[in-house]
Amino acid sequence: MSPEPTPSQTVGPFFHNALLDEDRSELVSPDHPEAIRIEGTVYDGAGEVVPDAMVEIWQANSSGRYDHPADDREDLPLDEDFSGFGRSGTDVDGKFSFVTLKPGPVPGPDGRMQAPHLMVSVFARGLLKRLVTRIYFPDEEEANASDPVLSSIEDRELRRTLVAGDEGGVLRFDIRLQGEGQTAFFAL
Amino acid sequence: MAVGRETTNEATGAGREDGRQPPYLYPDYVATRLRAPKKPLIILPRTLSDTTGPAYGSGPIGELDDDLTRQHSGEPLGERIIVTGRVLDGDGRPVRGGLIEIWQANAAGRYTHKLDQHPAPLDPNFSGAGRCLTDEEGRYRFVTIKPGAYPWKNHENAWRPAHIHLSLFGSAFRSRLITQMYFPGDPLFEHDPIFQSVRDEKAQQRMISSFDLETTRPEWALGYRFDIVLEGREATPMENHR
Repeated sequence: MSPEPTPSQTVGPFFHNALLDEDRSELVSPDHPEAIRIEGTVYDGAGEVVPDAMVEIWQANSSGRYDHPADDREDLPLDEDFSGFGRSGTDVDGKFSFVTLKPGPVPGPDGRMQAPHLMVSVFARGLLKRLVTRIYFPDEEEANASDPVLSSIEDRELRRTLVAGDEGGVLRFDIRLQGEGQTAFFAL
Repeated sequence: MAVGRETTNEATGAGREDGRQPPYLYPDYVATRLRAPKKPLIILPRTLSDTTGPAYGSGPIGELDDDLTRQHSGEPLGERIIVTGRVLDGDGRPVRGGLIEIWQANAAGRYTHKLDQHPAPLDPNFSGAGRCLTDEEGRYRFVTIKPGAYPWKNHENAWRPAHIHLSLFGSAFRSRLITQMYFPGDPLFEHDPIFQSVRDEKAQQRMISSFDLETTRPEWALGYRFDIVLEGREATPMENHR
């Protein structure tokens, strides 16, 4: 018989010394020729910023390979200096940011390809378990249109929340936990 | 299960989890009221994006990272304890080389954090943060001091039961877990909405460590055992590849 999972509990407000003692928000140097910057603000259901959240990202490298033994596609190069994991707290204005590389496309269900995307976890006081969402890219209209996850979301407004905005080269991805314009969240 | 189909599952989490995991919205825990999503969650099909995950969530482990009583020049005040256990995946297999990060209040119930305003003393010899990696059998071990209960402003005369926060990655994005470990027999359980947000009694027990005489060291420290099971079946064995 399989063991039962340990329940999740909130990260609470006091995690900073343990989880954010070093800056892990830059997956590559901002000077990297292909570096992209992602910025966003976390909002609650009253439209107030959330200053005590933590956002994590997990992604493939620019060739679309995940740095993990389950991704055994040896024909795609691994990048020694790119783990694909990042972590950012939100500041007093609810803002988080990442400097990273745009991932390549990765395989989806039924042999279809998925559009380039980042997996995102959101933790905060008041969240008894993490929220999971995805960041897609605004310059991938065609791939986004055929992405099996995006295209299955019937609610257009909800679907749109998963595509970052382009603000003069900086990608903007706000996370609205509740209410008007709520971000699409996933059940794993 | 249909790919990406929007679930009928309430965002409150009722239904699918049967009270074995907390819901997003648990009104007694006041902070959930404006932070819980209200729209239905979308079921995410299993792909490489989530069956992979960060092997290490963090950099190298320091020698004293797993002993919170030796991170300063003097010893912290409080009851010295050893916390140990195994980390397993959903198939019951050990999670090897997995990072565990912990944080906690000091013996007086005060966190080393600028936002903690509880008028209890800080301890200059206790920061309350640690990390370690699981071994080949999925075992981990921390030495620390027993945290105190502390008040919070959720409701009138609200107190959190003593707890240690734990953060784990497991072998995949799907297995990421942040939880809290409690101590056996705490009278505050029944008054704590965070603990009570897990409705299933057996699931509640899985958040409570047990006193363990075998782990206890004579003339030195009490031992508590806390096993952790991460979500995710068909999980990939963890490899030390970084």
